[in-house]
Amino acid sequence: MAKAKIRELFPVCAALALGIGVLWLATDGFRALTEEGARRLHAAKSKPKLPAFVLEDMNGDVLRLGPDSGKDGKTTLVTFIYTTCPTLCQAGGGDIAKLRDRLREMRLDGGVRLLSVSFDPVRDHPQQLRLYAEQHGADGAVWTIARPSAEALGSVIDGFGVRVIPDGWGGYQHNSALHVVDGEGRLTGIFDTDDIDGVLNAVRDGT
Amino acid sequence: MRRPLLILSIAVFGSCVLFRQTLERDPVTHVLLLLPALAVAGWLMAVSLGRHRLRLREADANALTLLGVFAILFWMLPRYIDASLTNPLVEAAKFISVPLCIGAVLAVSWKATHPFLRGFLKANALSMLGVLAFLYIHAPVRICNSYLEVDQQRLGYGFLFVALALSLVWAVPLFFPADGGATPNKHLSGRATA
Repeated sequence: MAKAKIRELFPVCAALALGIGVLWLATDGFRALTEEGARRLHAAKSKPKLPAFVLEDMNGDVLRLGPDSGKDGKTTLVTFIYTTCPTLCQAGGGDIAKLRDRLREMRLDGGVRLLSVSFDPVRDHPQQLRLYAEQHGADGAVWTIARPSAEALGSVIDGFGVRVIPDGWGGYQHNSALHVVDGEGRLTGIFDTDDIDGVLNAVRDGT
Repeated sequence: MRRPLLILSIAVFGSCVLFRQTLERDPVTHVLLLLPALAVAGWLMAVSLGRHRLRLREADANALTLLGVFAILFWMLPRYIDASLTNPLVEAAKFISVPLCIGAVLAVSWKATHPFLRGFLKANALSMLGVLAFLYIHAPVRICNSYLEVDQQRLGYGFLFVALALSLVWAVPLFFPADGGATPNKHLSGRATA
């Protein structure tokens, strides 16, 4: 009788094991329920190599990012913005300014640069980038604002795994995150822009 | 085989494929119309192909129902809603697994499932929809990278509406028992003598 009861439980236990197992695998052990979570986990775990990017900075100079940029071996902290953004990027800009000050305080600014990349290269010409730089105190010493060419935009966005969608009001919604790129052009971590301690720890571990 | 139901099932599935992009543009229609419609297509197919001929043991029905619930949980993960929009393989998996693993599986197993498990799952579905509604309305971040925050909030209210609707659909019949309230007791007394 008891044995028969236990046998009755077998299919349910098998279903539970199968179901929980599939969900476990599908969410990397319940750590990544969202695409953003999966993206961050992937960067931290497999540190994918980024393709080489050529950008134009706020002064109109060429700026390289990726494997062949690592001559100086600097870690680059990349965020994505569009300068006409009324909300997220302005707050994000404040976060980056705070991060720059902390880097200076900790004397890490020699090996680290901050880079805000516009994904709206048509409206964000260098003059517009300079305006944003002045507003947020990005003087190019540690923190630089840049844009890809319109043709390269897709490969930059895809390379970082960023998703940009029009908000229907002429603006965009996008991942507000800080991407850590090491001196060899590998994407080694992705953090919230206000997670300054997390970023600093990653920078210290990497340099 | 009940042909009209099979044709209806194919029509529902076909419409889902046909209007895929329109429905997926908005998270509310994606999650609250496309996914349920796919499940309904699978359910109708199972009914039309004669699910009554399958005589499931209760233990097997319980297990199948749990598998169906896990499939629902899987397709509630924002990660795979996002992925289905960019990865054609995930999209194909959605159009196959939702009808089969949710619709058809529950069509076959639900009625033979133990009433305690059914009640447990219904109660959990309501509370989970409530939690999801709260989360989607108040989350300070975007849960799906493919959708705007305002649409995420609309989906939250959608979850709330579905929770209210389901609680009515499931609770109201309890006050109007068609057979004098004998159904639950019959099952319990059946168990006692078994």
